[in-house]
Amino acid sequence: MIYDHIIVRYGELSLKGKNRHHFENKLKETVKRKLKPFTQVKVKKAFDRMNIELNGQDHEPVIKKLQEIFGIQGLRLAAKCDLELETIRKTALEAMRDAGPSVNTFKVSTKRNYKQYPHDSQEMNHLVGGYILEHTEDITVDVHNPDVEVKVEIKPEAAYISCIDYPGAGGLPIGSSGKVMLMLSGGIDSPVAGYLTMKRGVRLEMVHFHSPPFTSERARQKVEDLTKVLTRYGGNIKMHVVPFTEIQKAIKKQIPDNYSMTVMRRYMLRITEQLAYKNDALAIATGESLGQVASQTLSSMNTINEVTNLPMIRPLITMDKLEIMDISRKIGTYDISIRPYEDCCTVFVPSAPKTKPNRDKANRFESYMEIDELVEQAVENTESIFFKEGTAAKEEEAFEDLF
Amino acid sequence: MIYFDNSATTKPYPEVLETYLKVSENYFANPSSIHRLGGEVERLIHKARQQVSELIRVKQNEIVFTSGGTEANNLAIKGIALEHQSRGRHLITTETEHASCYSSFQQLEDMGFDVTYLPVDEQGRISADDVKNALTEDTILVSVMHVNNELGTIQPVKEIGQMLKEYPKIFFHVDNVQGIGKVPLQYEQSGIDLCSFSSHKFHGPKGVGFLYVRSGVSLFSLLTGGDHEFRNRAGTENVPGIIAMTKALRMTMENSKDRMSDMLQLKEFLRKRISEMDRVLINTPEEHSAPHILNFSVLGIKPEVLIHALEERDMYVSTKSACSSKSSDVSRILEATGHDYERASSAIRVSLNFENTLSEGKEFLDTLEEVILNLRKVMRE
Repeated sequence: MIYDHIIVRYGELSLKGKNRHHFENKLKETVKRKLKPFTQVKVKKAFDRMNIELNGQDHEPVIKKLQEIFGIQGLRLAAKCDLELETIRKTALEAMRDAGPSVNTFKVSTKRNYKQYPHDSQEMNHLVGGYILEHTEDITVDVHNPDVEVKVEIKPEAAYISCIDYPGAGGLPIGSSGKVMLMLSGGIDSPVAGYLTMKRGVRLEMVHFHSPPFTSERARQKVEDLTKVLTRYGGNIKMHVVPFTEIQKAIKKQIPDNYSMTVMRRYMLRITEQLAYKNDALAIATGESLGQVASQTLSSMNTINEVTNLPMIRPLITMDKLEIMDISRKIGTYDISIRPYEDCCTVFVPSAPKTKPNRDKANRFESYMEIDELVEQAVENTESIFFKEGTAAKEEEAFEDLF
Repeated sequence: MIYFDNSATTKPYPEVLETYLKVSENYFANPSSIHRLGGEVERLIHKARQQVSELIRVKQNEIVFTSGGTEANNLAIKGIALEHQSRGRHLITTETEHASCYSSFQQLEDMGFDVTYLPVDEQGRISADDVKNALTEDTILVSVMHVNNELGTIQPVKEIGQMLKEYPKIFFHVDNVQGIGKVPLQYEQSGIDLCSFSSHKFHGPKGVGFLYVRSGVSLFSLLTGGDHEFRNRAGTENVPGIIAMTKALRMTMENSKDRMSDMLQLKEFLRKRISEMDRVLINTPEEHSAPHILNFSVLGIKPEVLIHALEERDMYVSTKSACSSKSSDVSRILEATGHDYERASSAIRVSLNFENTLSEGKEFLDTLEEVILNLRKVMRE
């Protein structure tokens, strides 16, 4: 393998005008932190991209890590060489050979940022392409649909040659868009909603409703494990575990069965709103997908949403279950989400929840409850846990020395 | 003591035993119990599965813990044959498999399956073409070991697996009990559907192992009675064994990275001196053999006698596979490679671990030379 560099391209980020510096620095911090385990690897910031020197490190695990970072548009595996025409040609030939055995057609595209270089881009394409044709058999040029595109970049300090591109995670660097509370149940949808919200640069805090003994420790563990997976993409994440048993009991006692789910959701939203104020978050994200279940019909959402005027972020709103499951598998939360424990959404579900509740009725039923007091108490007794990026939870630390 | 019988079993690492004890003491609950203690143990097993899958680079839900290599091999072979017999009843393996595979196939033959045992060349090897030529419309399973336990011969499993990718109906099982930590192997990329491992061959406790089952592959369970191990294998999990094995696997993989060159050096040193000995013939192929196994025949001396003579000097090697060493004298494996009776019945196997040193090797060789000389004198008189 002749590749000794990875070029990190930003995409959207470079359009951000005055904030660009801020974004780039955030991103560089993240990249450096993520690549810390690879001791040989060096990260260097260039004008419109980052250059990662591999220094002998196998590129595959590095690429994999980089693909978890939001704000990176694409990754390009490259070989650096000096600006001698002969060296560039030789390196390009070798890079091309490295690209795989099933290559039949290619093209060369040169980008010459270094305008003083004696050959212009067109000329370089011919000089390098001709050399490759001379030194290979059965390979032809196809400028429209090549199997491999040999990219040659001429910079003042060196030339970079590459044939292999990998997609990045896209989006904006974490922390560049402020903070959002995510309502995390433990199912398949909410972690995916969290992932997609983070993609736009948001730092997440999790809110989970826990109703012991109706929901077990394992259900809570599941949510912690999901949060840990999400730290891979979103850095450090704080999780708020709200004691919800008292409210559940009160609802059971005072609200008609077919409205209990609607009212429960309204309480959850009120509590999350309070937690958002307390933690300087400016919006609430959920894994709702229109029409998926009774609480996610338009009437339900309309009735439930009444209790807050914080912006609601619902990244899955138009997605089908299968699309959501695909992302869930891709980001590594699916296997955890399908663990079969009761969670707050499943235990108290009435046999026939109303699919078309309305605001008036919900308000009327709730008027007999001590809403503020119940909410306040839940918020007050909320336990907050901090998950550091990539580290195991407290309990797992006890496991650590066993392995 | 010089212990050169690591293909029979390895000594557990002290850290591994420590884990075994701690887990037995602190995490004794049944992982299927729904209370907190049970949940804790379940998470522990979950973590072990995750770590094992990361170490061998497969997915978490592709690891099935078993009671060892023998069960893993039995489960893979009979599990596929019985589950998929409606697709065909022809199975392919080689003449030099471990007894736990070999006799599974014999059992299946008794049940009416058709088994092809591919002959090996004089190095103990088959080729992808041999397998290809044996395929029929009815073939549902090919089972080939990665590293032969007696000779150390490496089979071209990657080539076989890649060839088999063109036959999606056929499952490919690899017995990697001897290869893990010694000879790298990529499972998914090599088209492997099932792969067996045994803890006590890599410094873990006995009575535990695992089978890699590529996701999507279904097996007929040999042990039924619960939903354990993705319904592939019922029975309360051997929790301390599983956790201790996981640690042993991690340590072995680390040692493999750091100390492989020492092991190769020791093996080459042994090979060179032994090949210079009078009427001693090396059976392990010079190329494409595992770094830890060296098999040679000392002509004219019964191997048992040599073993006992060495054990008096506190040195331990073996004749052939421990699992078949109590049956007849001739090695089935060496016979299959076409060696004559004298050579096939006088084989000695030296098998190394990462802690063996060059000075142990030297001491062993000096003793071996002396013992052979003495024994030959006695035999001649």
